[in-house]
Amino acid sequence: MNDALRLKVADLLHDNAKLSVDTIAKMLGETPETIAETIHHLERDKVILRYSAVVNWDKLETNQVTAVIDVRVLPQREVGFDSIAKKIYRFEEVKSVALMSGGYDLQVTVVGRDIREVSRFVSEKLATIENVTATTTHFLLKTYKSDGVIFDDTDGERRLMITP
Amino acid sequence: MSNLYDRLSPIVINLPPSGIRRFFDLANQMQGVISLGVGEPDFVTPWHIREACMYSLEQGYTTYTSNRGLPELCIEIAKYLTKYDLAYDPSHEIMVTVGGSEAIDLAMRTLVCPGDEVLIPAPTYVSYRPCAMLAGASVIDVPTYAEDGFRLTAQALERAITTRSKVLVLCFPNNPTGAVMTREDLAQIAEVAIRHDLFVISDEIYAELTYDGHHTSIAALPGMRERTIVISGMSKAYAMTGWRIGYIAAPEPLLAAMLKIHQYTIMCAPHMAQRAALEALRNGDDERDKMIESYDRRRKLIVASLNEIGLPCHEPRGAFYAFPDIRPTGLSSEEFAERLLLEQGVAVVPGNVFGETGEGFVRCSYATSVELIEDAMRRIGAFVSKLVSQAVK
Repeated sequence: MNDALRLKVADLLHDNAKLSVDTIAKMLGETPETIAETIHHLERDKVILRYSAVVNWDKLETNQVTAVIDVRVLPQREVGFDSIAKKIYRFEEVKSVALMSGGYDLQVTVVGRDIREVSRFVSEKLATIENVTATTTHFLLKTYKSDGVIFDDTDGERRLMITP
Repeated sequence: MSNLYDRLSPIVINLPPSGIRRFFDLANQMQGVISLGVGEPDFVTPWHIREACMYSLEQGYTTYTSNRGLPELCIEIAKYLTKYDLAYDPSHEIMVTVGGSEAIDLAMRTLVCPGDEVLIPAPTYVSYRPCAMLAGASVIDVPTYAEDGFRLTAQALERAITTRSKVLVLCFPNNPTGAVMTREDLAQIAEVAIRHDLFVISDEIYAELTYDGHHTSIAALPGMRERTIVISGMSKAYAMTGWRIGYIAAPEPLLAAMLKIHQYTIMCAPHMAQRAALEALRNGDDERDKMIESYDRRRKLIVASLNEIGLPCHEPRGAFYAFPDIRPTGLSSEEFAERLLLEQGVAVVPGNVFGETGEGFVRCSYATSVELIEDAMRRIGAFVSKLVSQAVK
C-alpha cells in the first residue's frame, strides 16, 4: 500500500470526515476504487479508528463537566506506565489518557454530569489505584480551540464577491 | 463648469470600463450566491505574519521607509528570487511597491512613450492594457488559444510584432487561464524578444502557485535579464492581498528610473506592511506550502468536476483558476455567466473580459472551500444539463 497516499487520505479525512470517496479521488487525482481501498486499509489497520464531529458543547444545553487531571504514578517493573494507564482508561468516564514528560506522568481527561460526580471519580476510583501517588484536578472552564478548530471563530467571508 | 466630461483627459475618457463592474453589481444584489469569481486567496494571512505587523506597530514603526523599501526586506526578496535562478543586487536592483499593481504602472510608464506598442497576450489579467494606455502606448493583443493550453507561442508573437513594438507583457502562471510557460516555451519567446529588441515586463505574481513542476522566470534565460522587469509580490503566495506589498527586480538603470516615479508619486510602501512581508519571507514557507497544497487539491477537484459536467477544461498548471470551455452550451461567455448567476446563484467571470480570445470560456476561481466548490459544481451541472437537453429538443 502506498504510504504517501495513505497519509494524504488520512490528512483529508482528519480535516473533514464527510468528504466522499469520489471527492477525495478527484482531489488526489486517483480513481475512486483506489481511494475506497486505501480507506478500507486505514480502517482495517486501525489507523482511522472512528469518524466523529468536533462539537462545541457550550452551544448545547448540557451541564456536563470536563476535567483534566494530572496523575503521578510509580512506574512498575517491566510494564512501566502501561498497566496503570490501562487501569485508568478502562473507566467509562475517562475520555483520554496520555503519558506526558515533565512534572507529572499521565494526563487524564474525565467527563461527568457535574463537579460532584467528577470529584467522586477522582477520590474514589482514580486516587485509590495502586501506585497512583498524586492527582491534580483542573476543571475546564471554556474551550477556545480544539483539534485545530477555533470555537468562537468570527472569520467570515470578507472578500469582495468578484475581483479581477 | 459646463460639460465637465469634455474637459477631462481623453486618455482617461477612452479607457475601457471594467468588464466585471456590471456583473459585480448584479451578484452583490443577490442572496446565497456561491462566488467562484474571486481573484484572491481564501485564506486569511497566517497569524504569525499579522502578529509581526502588530508588533511593529507596538515598536513604533510608523515612519516612511527608504523609497525602495526596507533594506532588509530587499535583501530577503533577493534571497527569495534565487530559487528561480534570479540574481539581483538588493541595494540597486530591487524595490518594494504598493502591490504588483503599482509595479505594472511603473514599468509601463518607464518603458513606453506615445507611439510605442505594447504586446499583451490575451486573455490575461485586466490591468496591463489600461496601464499601457495611460502611459500613451497602443496595445496589440497577442492571442493565445485553448489548443495550446493558453501558452504564448513564438509564432503568434512574431505575427503581432511591428516596427513600433517595444514591450512584451508576460503573465505566467496566468490569470485567468492558469497557463504556465515551461523553460522551453520561454526560450522560444526569448529568442523573438532578443531578435526584435523588446523589453519584457514579466508579472510573476503567481509563480509560487505552479503545480507539477517548478516556475521558470524568463529573466533567468540567457540574454533576457538586461531587458526584463520582473514583477512579483506577497499577495497570492502568502495570502496577503490587502497588505499591498509587491516588488520589482530589474537591472539598475531600469530600476533607478522606476524608483524616480515611485519616489514622487508613492514615496514608499506602507512601513508596517513591509514589516509583515519581512516576517512572511523569513518564516512563512511552511504555511505557504500548505496553502499551495490545498489549492492543488481543489484544482484537481474542480477540473475533474467541470470535465464531468461536460464543460471541457484544459489543465490549469498554475494560479488558482480553472478556465472551462462553455461553447458546448451554445451561450456566449456573458450570457452563460449572467444566466448561471440568475438561475443557479453561482458567480463566475466571463472570459471575454480578459480579452477577445477569452470568449467562449469563463473563469472559475477554486480559492474557495471544497464544500462550496462541490455545491457550485452541482449547480453548474444542473444548469448545463438543462441547456443541453433544451438544445437536443
